[in-house]
Amino acid sequence: MTEQARVRRFEQVALPHLDAAYNLARWLTRNDADAEDVVQEAFLRAFKFFDGFRGGSERAWLLTIVRHTCFSWLQQNRPSEVVAGYDLEVAAELDPAALDPTFRAPSGADPEIALMHQADEDLLNEMIATLPPQFREVVILRELEDLSYKEIAEIAAIPIGTVMSRLARARKALQRAWLERRTQEARHGA
Amino acid sequence: MEHEGVAADIHAYLDDQLEPAQVASIQEHLRSCPACTELYERQRAMNSVVRQHAHYHTAPRHLARSIRSTLRAHAELERPRRRVAWGWFASGAAFACAVTLTVSLTLFQIDPRGAAPGLDRELVEAHVRSLMVNHLTDVLSSDQHTVKPWFNGKLAMSPPVVDLAAEGYPLIGGRLDYLDQRAVVALVYRRAAHPINLFIWPETGSAAPRSEARQGYNVLRWTQGGMTYAAVSDLNLGELQDFQKLVARAAPASG
Repeated sequence: MTEQARVRRFEQVALPHLDAAYNLARWLTRNDADAEDVVQEAFLRAFKFFDGFRGGSERAWLLTIVRHTCFSWLQQNRPSEVVAGYDLEVAAELDPAALDPTFRAPSGADPEIALMHQADEDLLNEMIATLPPQFREVVILRELEDLSYKEIAEIAAIPIGTVMSRLARARKALQRAWLERRTQEARHGA
Repeated sequence: MEHEGVAADIHAYLDDQLEPAQVASIQEHLRSCPACTELYERQRAMNSVVRQHAHYHTAPRHLARSIRSTLRAHAELERPRRRVAWGWFASGAAFACAVTLTVSLTLFQIDPRGAAPGLDRELVEAHVRSLMVNHLTDVLSSDQHTVKPWFNGKLAMSPPVVDLAAEGYPLIGGRLDYLDQRAVVALVYRRAAHPINLFIWPETGSAAPRSEARQGYNVLRWTQGGMTYAAVSDLNLGELQDFQKLVARAAPASG
């Protein structure tokens, strides 16, 4: 295959998943310009490793490289965020009550959980953005890319059990923040 | 199944990631346990809030274009190297050697000042390399007063670092690079999604800007104030020329 044919073939495989790549990078870097840089670099890396691609899910293959590039970038540019994520995970394992899954909302809040005000949408996105990156990525890959636990495990290079525990913790954290906000609103009669 | 088991599996159940037997056992428990049902319903509502309202960031339109051009430039750089290798074997080493020697001598006669055509190629390669290996910048800052001192002690010269953010060419940072057998300064600017490498090294005399297009990149090279400047980017020539004028105006005119 000539180099030009290789480029064309790669583009056919990879470019359809550019949005998925950018979405993941944008959520992990939380910044347009950095997301663009990381995606550019990930595509070049993917192109270099393209001969090693043995078929299977093209999106998962590409996202694995994007994810890896994102975490290299985070480690270099925002190491404290990455460390905080691992610390949280260790803390939760030592003391499961720290992230108690049986958090109870004030009764009566449930029917409204799915009702959104415009301002809440910003809040929700902010809440996701403040999760540590290891937790944020499983939420994005699961809820926005609709990937299976197995695919997420491969992309993030972690066991399926870790996918499940990170997802559970991330969702609990979101739910708790969300319900606290609801309770505040109710108290202020908003 | 007890509460704990349900609490642990509720996410996998919601995500439809369980075996049929596990699904049946959770459903059975939920039918008889209002507490777990409440937990389940609340989490289900929360998931649907996230799915509906979390922002999906679609890629900006120029990103696909810029990826395509980077890939093509990369492919272009790969190609000549392979061709040279083949030509070597096909035509015989001695003959090729003689031809190469003649060609390089001729080229040097055309441009004897050492500004060999190979330099433009080297500039483009340095530019592409900086985009490829996660090494665009060593010092990452949009502040010229951070970038300039960073070079102190690393080089025998202090490069002029100008801020062009107001003109639409924000400074991203800088790094050391190695070109034409010497260490040079590389300042990185950006125009929209197009990175610009501005290479700077000391050189006497002055030379008006001359442009060269190579493998989809434009190179603009000029000498002023004791420094040679070379701007390399996939940006179109017009905008790169605007950038050149801005740098030339802001940088020292005499060394």
